[in-house]
Amino acid sequence: MTMQPDLQAKPGTILQTARTQVLEQGIGLSESQLLEILRLPDTELPAALQLAHEVRLRHCGEDVEVEGIISIKTGGCPEDCHFCSQSGLFDSPVRGVWLDIPELVKSAKETAATGATEFCIVAAVRGPDIKLMNQIKFAIDRINEEVDINIACSLGMLTQRQVDQLAEWGVHRYNHNLETARSYFPEVVTTHSYEERLDTCNMVKAAGMELCCGALIGMGESLEQRAELAAQLAALEPHEVPLNFLNPRPGTPLENQGIMDGRDALRAIAAFRLAMPRTVLRYAGGRELTLGDLGTREGLLGGINAVIVGNYLTTLGRPATADLNLLVELNMPIKELQKTL
Amino acid sequence: MKRVSPPYFSTTAGAAGPNTGQFCGHCGDPSDGGPSTASDIHLRCRERLAMEPPRYCAACRRRMKVQVTPLGWSAECSRHGVLAP
Repeated sequence: MTMQPDLQAKPGTILQTARTQVLEQGIGLSESQLLEILRLPDTELPAALQLAHEVRLRHCGEDVEVEGIISIKTGGCPEDCHFCSQSGLFDSPVRGVWLDIPELVKSAKETAATGATEFCIVAAVRGPDIKLMNQIKFAIDRINEEVDINIACSLGMLTQRQVDQLAEWGVHRYNHNLETARSYFPEVVTTHSYEERLDTCNMVKAAGMELCCGALIGMGESLEQRAELAAQLAALEPHEVPLNFLNPRPGTPLENQGIMDGRDALRAIAAFRLAMPRTVLRYAGGRELTLGDLGTREGLLGGINAVIVGNYLTTLGRPATADLNLLVELNMPIKELQKTL
Repeated sequence: MKRVSPPYFSTTAGAAGPNTGQFCGHCGDPSDGGPSTASDIHLRCRERLAMEPPRYCAACRRRMKVQVTPLGWSAECSRHGVLAP
């Protein structure tokens, strides 16, 4: 990806405003300001990424947080999230499968050996039933016995009782994505509402768990809606925002959606960092397809300060060593484990 | 469940050779393209199989149970066994 370098923000431009507002004062950009970032010409993209990197270094530090994710229950989900190959409502080749606990513990060990501090257990469900909650409790206990790593969960929409249980069991962080802007959500999901997602997010925060709440961009939303999403996430104040790029999956309603332009993806990274100067902004699914190897480097030098290492839930990621070697090359230390909660 | 070597399932589905399966591991269509005369019928499938595990058994076209972990994956055909990288 070649871009004409133009690292100097011109006076009176959005980048100059962002330098003062976000970098110096720590105040995230507004929705309308974010839209200006998303509309920057290619010639100003390097300057936007440079500024986002400076913001990340000043407000988050130089550490990069490494996480592994794993699916404990794959496929057969009753929801109709149009991007997801695990919905049981689509003609997807993904079959339902449960992972056994010994295999889960083994994967947690392997993940910890990469230097990762987070291990997120994910289930393709609307929300957990008693069987899944019991499995999760058992898994958490076994992992804690054998592996030194923070455990995160992503189990769909929760009841207050389930939130309390997960917090009590020591779940460090809970993932529940907004995925897209409120105004675009009904185009992507019809089996539950945006408000239901927000309810779970707010309960998680109130219970003292760290909230991981992410985005999936490139689903056909407009730039205005991308800015709207970044602003809505900023208002929610999550601890972490995983940033996914659509990888169109066979059999899903979005299978024919084109892969988003890499420059637009980089503009989005810069915009999300400028919206949320203190949030963990994680590279998540789809980056290999959208940005390739070069884009991974540009993102890490453009506001990203966390990665999912290795594979995703149903697709493969870059080799773990490729990301870890890149962090060494960029002199970005891996965040060390701090057991909290 | 018996374990089989990767070449049997052909993660480079569509490639010629004695170890190539009859079906594409990505889309499940015949490896030779079936009635299609296009020589690159599974080109995109081959590209995708570099970024995701096979979903179809290359021997019988059954959908496989696939488990992806952070550092690996396995795919199980109820008839032909488990495939892993």
